[in-house]
Amino acid sequence: MEVPRIGAVIGRRAVIRTVATAGLAQLAAPFILRGARGDTPLRIGMIDPLTGAYAAPARNEVMGAELAVSRLNAAGGMLGRPVELLVEDSANDVGTGVQKARKLVERDHVDFLIGDVNSAVAQAIAQVAMENKILHIVSGGHTDTITGKDCKWNVYRVCNTTRMESNAVSDILFKKYGKKWHFITPDYTFGHTLQAALEANLKRLGGIETGAELTPLGTTDFSAYLIKARAANPDVIILLVQGQDMVNCLKQIVQFGIDKEVPIAGTQQELESLEGLPSEARIGSWMFEWYWNQPNVPHLAEFIADIRKVNKGRVPTARHWFGFASVMTMALVAAQEKTTDAVKLAHALSDFELPPEVKLQPNKVYYRAGDHQLMLSAFIGEARAHGKDDPDDLFAVQQVVAGDAVAPPVADTGCVLHWPA
Amino acid sequence: MIQLLLFNVTNGLIIGAFYVLMALGLSLILNLSGVINFAHGGFLVLGGYLAYTLTPFLGYWGALIVAPLLTAVLGVVIEQVLIRRLYGRDPLYSLLMTFGLAFIFEDATRYVWGAQGLPVTIPAFLGRPVSPSLFFITYYRLFMVVVAAVAVTLLFLLLRYSRVGVRIRAGTLDLETVSTLGVNVGGLRALNFALGIFLAGLSGVLAGGQLGLDPTMGSGLLMPSFIAIIVGGVGSLPGTLVGGLLIGIASGVTAVFFPSASEAVMYVLMALVLLARPRGLMGEEGLMT
Amino acid sequence: MKESGRTHPAVLVAIWVLLLLAPYWLGLVGGYTALGARVLVLGLAAMSLNFLLGFTGVLSFGHAAWFGLGAYGTGLALKWVAASTPLALLLGTLLGGALGAVLGAMLVRRRGIYFAMVTIAYGQVFYYIAYRWNALTGGDDGLRGFSRQPLEIGPWHIDIAANGVAFYYFVLACFAAAVALMALLLRSPFGHSLLAIRENERRARFLGIPVEFHIWIAFALSCVFISFAGGLYALLNNFADPNNLHYSLSGDLVIMAVLGGMRRFWGPLLGAAVFVVLQDYVSSLTTNWMSFIGLLFVAVVLFFPRGLLGIARRRSLA
Repeated sequence: MEVPRIGAVIGRRAVIRTVATAGLAQLAAPFILRGARGDTPLRIGMIDPLTGAYAAPARNEVMGAELAVSRLNAAGGMLGRPVELLVEDSANDVGTGVQKARKLVERDHVDFLIGDVNSAVAQAIAQVAMENKILHIVSGGHTDTITGKDCKWNVYRVCNTTRMESNAVSDILFKKYGKKWHFITPDYTFGHTLQAALEANLKRLGGIETGAELTPLGTTDFSAYLIKARAANPDVIILLVQGQDMVNCLKQIVQFGIDKEVPIAGTQQELESLEGLPSEARIGSWMFEWYWNQPNVPHLAEFIADIRKVNKGRVPTARHWFGFASVMTMALVAAQEKTTDAVKLAHALSDFELPPEVKLQPNKVYYRAGDHQLMLSAFIGEARAHGKDDPDDLFAVQQVVAGDAVAPPVADTGCVLHWPA
Repeated sequence: MIQLLLFNVTNGLIIGAFYVLMALGLSLILNLSGVINFAHGGFLVLGGYLAYTLTPFLGYWGALIVAPLLTAVLGVVIEQVLIRRLYGRDPLYSLLMTFGLAFIFEDATRYVWGAQGLPVTIPAFLGRPVSPSLFFITYYRLFMVVVAAVAVTLLFLLLRYSRVGVRIRAGTLDLETVSTLGVNVGGLRALNFALGIFLAGLSGVLAGGQLGLDPTMGSGLLMPSFIAIIVGGVGSLPGTLVGGLLIGIASGVTAVFFPSASEAVMYVLMALVLLARPRGLMGEEGLMT
Repeated sequence: MKESGRTHPAVLVAIWVLLLLAPYWLGLVGGYTALGARVLVLGLAAMSLNFLLGFTGVLSFGHAAWFGLGAYGTGLALKWVAASTPLALLLGTLLGGALGAVLGAMLVRRRGIYFAMVTIAYGQVFYYIAYRWNALTGGDDGLRGFSRQPLEIGPWHIDIAANGVAFYYFVLACFAAAVALMALLLRSPFGHSLLAIRENERRARFLGIPVEFHIWIAFALSCVFISFAGGLYALLNNFADPNNLHYSLSGDLVIMAVLGGMRRFWGPLLGAAVFVVLQDYVSSLTTNWMSFIGLLFVAVVLFFPRGLLGIARRRSLA
């Protein structure tokens, strides 16, 4: 018989984030599983690229998920069982991601899957999850097809689609800056769909595209493209590049003084990117998928305080919230349905609304039944060089738009759900 | 169009100068020790991060010198403890060793400085364009070229006129004879390794100012220097110099017409050179082939 | 046991019994079937590389390129040509093998470290093509939209698409066929010539062996085998992505061969098993798994340069 022990249940692999612990000590760490009631824990598998180019956002997502798990366990677990988070590194590689998904499913018998920041890995995991009838929440991959033409009955997504991002900013940019737009677009599917969505909106508004520079992923020198963009004399330059490419492009725009002549704007911006920029390069109009500094949002202060405790005093980013919301969604829907059966839960998540203590933002936030996409608010505003109240307050929110106001209708997403018989 | 092309040639030269700096370090080590240093990108990143940490104490200019020196010291330690044992063995082993070291470097960098990219602050006057019409040439880019040129000139002067330099060059051609002449080959190799790693660290500080810092940036910067060496010819430092500049210009010009091929063009150039001249542009026949 | 690696029959039986029963014992020791399939695929890749590295003595450090070409070829064939798993594998193998043969012809005069550098660089060409040619390869997103198809052999219908265990046995059958062919080649006069080149190239030349031609054929064959492994990898994941061609995978394959023992026929399989299982295990325990893998590289070079089987052999001789 197991001796009941008291204490927070932390899965053996929840230690994975504790980077401060020496690796060897972790290797030697035994299988620690202190069930409050000796129950078999409910397992959530989380796959994210903890190493490689997306390591920073991925680690933030894991941190958010861990916070959700520790809160759940403090409140008695999920369906009366302790919750265990098993974190695996996809290393930004699809083969590894699929491997880890199978491991979590076949060996660890997880009840839920979360991941991945990389859209390609996320879609590959979704496939494995569907084969095994497991509820999967995509925490951080933005490619439209996940809740578009490749949508699956068992797959939900908390972060935005590219279409939602472009719809959120188009009208505002048009009003604010004018009708001549020039794009700087990363040359792969993500960039192409984003640009196409913006072009459609620009056409509808009656604007003109002065040109588009397709930049290879991983470009470090944007000068050739910036020269062309400036020569086209647009009203605004729209940057669609992401991550390190965004950092390099913005830096060069500022060094060349282009921002003094043409306003800079774009769709999605992340706190992780702004923090990686020198202060003078924190410029432009953007949208955030979630932002920490919001007035009068219930439960938000608590979330920020909890993340600060585990994040060296830094505030949560959108990625923290994605991880948090993914785990909480599963807990909430499982509690409501009193089951872990994936088909029942997936049905129950259709039009499922997130309560205030999870959504941490204004507007109604819910998973749309037709394509399983979360309708989360878009935070539109401008980057700023230095935080006002906090060094991490690098974004001035000017407007918060409800998700279903910017999401294209389900019929336009190409999503057709096939439910198991 | 002409203006754009001219600009890209200039810009290619600037990038090329950077590749040269990195490739020369790699080339020095390869020539004298027969080691392809896969961890060169790791040393580069380390140099950049060290400069980031030192800047608050030493200022930018202090960090520019001290960070590469510290990197070089670490390089010598690693050479003495690990790499030295592999001299004279099948090159397979030094490849694997430095390959493994590159993993450790990336992981250690992330462990110490975090996964989040870090901005590097450069002196404000370097961050400005040279003139409104030449807005795309910033002082920082010129500065990179100047630093690269000074470093390369000093290196070649050192190799040409100093006693150590003459020995390094002689050792590249015939290590056995140099050894029988009473030269301490072990010390010579350690010094040479330090020199190569110093150049890697210096490249890292310069790259940090241009690109910012990221634990994964090393591997992306390593390949162009490889190609610079192959194009220029293994065993020839002037060859590496020419090779680096050539691939810089080639990728700069290609970016105007066909951006997605701007990396592939380096490899095409390499293939063409190897077809026409298997030993590279300035490589010695018989050396390392 | 001879250096050329004729394995003791009892050992041989043990290897095949272990492989045949893998789906049944893997779960008991904390593994899972998909891990077994991964070991087989990467083991075959490492053995293919070792055909060149261990048995011809040529240091290729860019073999992931041919592995990845096999993966993309197989994926593209399933997607665009026909929904047939065997046909797709064949086409993938041909793509990698053919390009390998062409490139190999340009490389045969290089040796040692120079050969290694040029193979890395040529390998990266294919990496960049896969990474940049969005329209064909899906670019950074990788190649999706294909999945392995059930086998139709005469009256039998074998569902390797949905059944993981059935797929494992399919991979094992492919592995067995490829390995048998490899063993036959190594025992043939051609194989003996390769060993002669490895041991002493100059002497082989004096003996009248056309060295360049032999190395070229060995390179091409090695590419054929590894493309086949790459094709299986694409089927395993129902996906091909640019990382399949990156030089870091080449490095992993070389360390697998060396870790197991590159002078021994079965060495690379053992190396792949140890490497894959260790990586799988450590990366679940700590985010700093890259340091462990790096240390493994260093330890192998310093302490087991002859590989695990090399040690075993020295012990048994002592």
